[in-house]
Amino acid sequence: MARAVTNRRKALNTLVAWSVGLLIFFPILWTILTSFKTEAQAINDPPLFLFFDWTLENYAVVQERSDYMRFLWNSVIIAGGSTVIGIIIAVPAAWSMAFVPSKRTKDILLWMLSTKMLPAVGVLYPIYLLFIELGLLDTRIGLTIVLMLINLPIIVWMLYTYFKEIPGEILEAARMDGAALKEEILYILTPMAVPGIASTLLLNIILAWNEAFWTLNLTAAKAAPLTAFIASYSSPEGLFYAKLSAASTMAIAPILILGWFSQKQLVRGLTFGAVK
Amino acid sequence: MGQITLNQITKNFGDVQVIPPLDLRIDDGEFVVFVGPSGCGKSTLLRLIAGLEDVTSGDITIDGRNATEVPPAKRGLAMVFQSYALYPHMSVRKNIAFPLRMAGLDKEAQNAKVDAAAKVLNLTDYLDRRPGQLSGGQRQRVAIGRAIVREPAAFLFDEPLSNLDAALRVNMRLEISELHQTLKTTMIYVTHDQVEAMTMADKIVVLQAGLIEQVGSPLDLYHAPRNKFVAGFIGSPKMNFLTGQYASGYDATTIGIRPEHIAVSSSEGAWSGRVGVSEHLGSDTFLYVDIDGVDEPITVRSTGEIGVRHGDNVYLTPDASKIHRFDKQDLRIP
Amino acid sequence: MATQHSRSAARIMMAPAVVLLLGWMLIPLTMTLYFSFKKFLPLRGGDLGWVGFDNYVRFVSSSAFWPSVQTTLIIVGGVLLITVMLGVLLAILLDQPLWGQGIVRILVIAPFFVMPTVSALVWKNMFMDPVNGLFAHLWKFFGAQPVEWLSDAPLFSIILIVSWQWLPFATLILLTAIQSLDSEQLEASEMDGAPPLARFGFIILPHLSRAITIVVLIQTIFLLAVFAEIFVTTQGSFGTRTLTYLIFQRVLESQNVGLGSAGGVYAIILANIVAIFLMRIVGKNLDS
Repeated sequence: MARAVTNRRKALNTLVAWSVGLLIFFPILWTILTSFKTEAQAINDPPLFLFFDWTLENYAVVQERSDYMRFLWNSVIIAGGSTVIGIIIAVPAAWSMAFVPSKRTKDILLWMLSTKMLPAVGVLYPIYLLFIELGLLDTRIGLTIVLMLINLPIIVWMLYTYFKEIPGEILEAARMDGAALKEEILYILTPMAVPGIASTLLLNIILAWNEAFWTLNLTAAKAAPLTAFIASYSSPEGLFYAKLSAASTMAIAPILILGWFSQKQLVRGLTFGAVK
Repeated sequence: MGQITLNQITKNFGDVQVIPPLDLRIDDGEFVVFVGPSGCGKSTLLRLIAGLEDVTSGDITIDGRNATEVPPAKRGLAMVFQSYALYPHMSVRKNIAFPLRMAGLDKEAQNAKVDAAAKVLNLTDYLDRRPGQLSGGQRQRVAIGRAIVREPAAFLFDEPLSNLDAALRVNMRLEISELHQTLKTTMIYVTHDQVEAMTMADKIVVLQAGLIEQVGSPLDLYHAPRNKFVAGFIGSPKMNFLTGQYASGYDATTIGIRPEHIAVSSSEGAWSGRVGVSEHLGSDTFLYVDIDGVDEPITVRSTGEIGVRHGDNVYLTPDASKIHRFDKQDLRIP
Repeated sequence: MATQHSRSAARIMMAPAVVLLLGWMLIPLTMTLYFSFKKFLPLRGGDLGWVGFDNYVRFVSSSAFWPSVQTTLIIVGGVLLITVMLGVLLAILLDQPLWGQGIVRILVIAPFFVMPTVSALVWKNMFMDPVNGLFAHLWKFFGAQPVEWLSDAPLFSIILIVSWQWLPFATLILLTAIQSLDSEQLEASEMDGAPPLARFGFIILPHLSRAITIVVLIQTIFLLAVFAEIFVTTQGSFGTRTLTYLIFQRVLESQNVGLGSAGGVYAIILANIVAIFLMRIVGKNLDS
């Protein structure tokens, strides 16, 4: 039961919450605003909020000077590819653990989780060396594989918790109705699991898109995704706030939009089902 | 046809034996109810027959054919689950047609059968809806519809009414009984509710801890329970049990007397006691009477209204011909 | 469900994920262990033979080790303190009835979706820059001397940036936990005469304790590995060199792989200590 509160109380809540919300969101808002300023306006004293000459020039310059689209495309391929491959591998595994649990299922799940907790820096050199040996350094395929592997435990876990919610009786009913394993997965399980799979997809694209250890350490110019491209702004040349803002805005916009769709799943995915 | 024989079947979960060696014969066209307290193995037994669980040892024969190793879909049985197990993403029509689709029937034949089943079950108007848009009773009928269209050798029901409210439960009970009259197909029905068992069954199988306590018609079990467990489980309200001085007079360790077989009088009778709670239902009156030397109050059922209230002294007289006597092993002495 | 047939099918379907993760774990781990016992300088002579536990001893006794441990602890501890405390407050605030709740929630969560390199650079340049940053403008407006954030208060700055990124995570999880609190419990305690602060202390906080533990454990694992934020701001200077960053420098910058690998083993052990606690909680949750 939601408590009825007075409108005055609610107005006060609203005021406080909105102030805090806007304060937290402000750096993002400021970045977006700055991306539409000229470089001179970007460092104007006092700072300009809304009353400046709005321009799209920075976006054009970023694309022109550094071939922004290439980095964006790398991000799309790497984040999307690693997630899709991860899900293809994880669906059967999660299916088995959810519907044919054995004594070892719990151990396997926890072990998978433990691989996620391996600190990346601890295995940095071996991976680096293997990448050189296998010719994977600075390739999209190499990074796709690594990101797929580091997110695979989360994908398996998320799918597992979603599959667990599908009542076993429904699958048994399908079996009684004459569905073979293939048909059971095709006609019953998959359609019922679509929302769960979609959420898993969404969250893992976000995680892969923002991953900033392997993407920084295993790429140079060729396969660098946006995380690495943005990092190149850490050594400034002249006036660059507006251009940095434009590049940043483009890099975070798609994920902000995806992220808003996946708020609920975020909790489940990141706490391994421990908080629902 | 739907004749099912269980021959010395057992089931272990890990080291725990939930079904000790068990034999049972179910004849074609019978309505058999497995009844027992929760955890007695009745659902497991049903799932063994369905093929959803492997038997640990023993054989299951269906219509003379050994079905022990046959996968569930090939046994020719249909099952109605406790949760109905409807496919939430399919319309009612598709739900009912699913087994036919799996069997490879063409669209027209599927539709004809679905329409026929829908007509029997009053679902014609709901065929295009999703399960989520239906009431509990309607979902139940869809689940039954999905079972009917397969024309199975036997229907298996796993506590199908336990998710319905009381009024609907009585309705569905009648519908299932009528369905059995119409189809004359073997039905195996699992419930923990002895009223369902008594009202629906041709044959009741009472189970406890995986063991069959007794098999018989409802009235057999009512009149001649094999032991104290069956006597206490079948019948509502429960049979009263008395020990010590009350039993020794009848040459037994324990005697049992059903509430409806005790007469009440305010002046004279075999046992005297004091009325605790009295429930006046109009058609019946239930009294809970405390008598000396017995821990549990004795339940008495009288027809009609009687003017007894809390705290009154009353005399109870059991109908001697209806007294059940039990020996030290809790077996009924005939 | 569990028939023999489905069980063997299950094993086959699980195999790819298990084998891949096993390889992903064992191969690099074995290599790290192998290198950690070697003097291995790829650019200065390559493999110079076995050295026993030399690297382990040298890593710990180097002058950079203890400061890096201290830095790591300050950053992890600072961020945890800020995110959990503000997270509880924010979660309670967002749980109150208010207009535009959905939008406020989105505003609060947004920083989590910003890639680490972007947030670090935006904070570094547009807020903390001593000349053109917003903070500098703000300080000047009040007549104060602008602060050189990243060199004068480097740890505070990094804690601020990382906390901004992780506050949404803490808030979101704690909010989910608060919403699962049965409101009748609060009403009962209100009827029992508990004032708001007591209700918070006796009902809400205990209810949140599990969620807080999970937030602390998961964040700790991620915070121990904070990298990009330091990489693009201070590059480990001004006393911001964490254990992770120190290992990174040993391995890739000075190419002392043996020494770095020994450091890596320490980092793995450290992460595992935290992980064990987390896995216990998650594991318990699996049973229920």
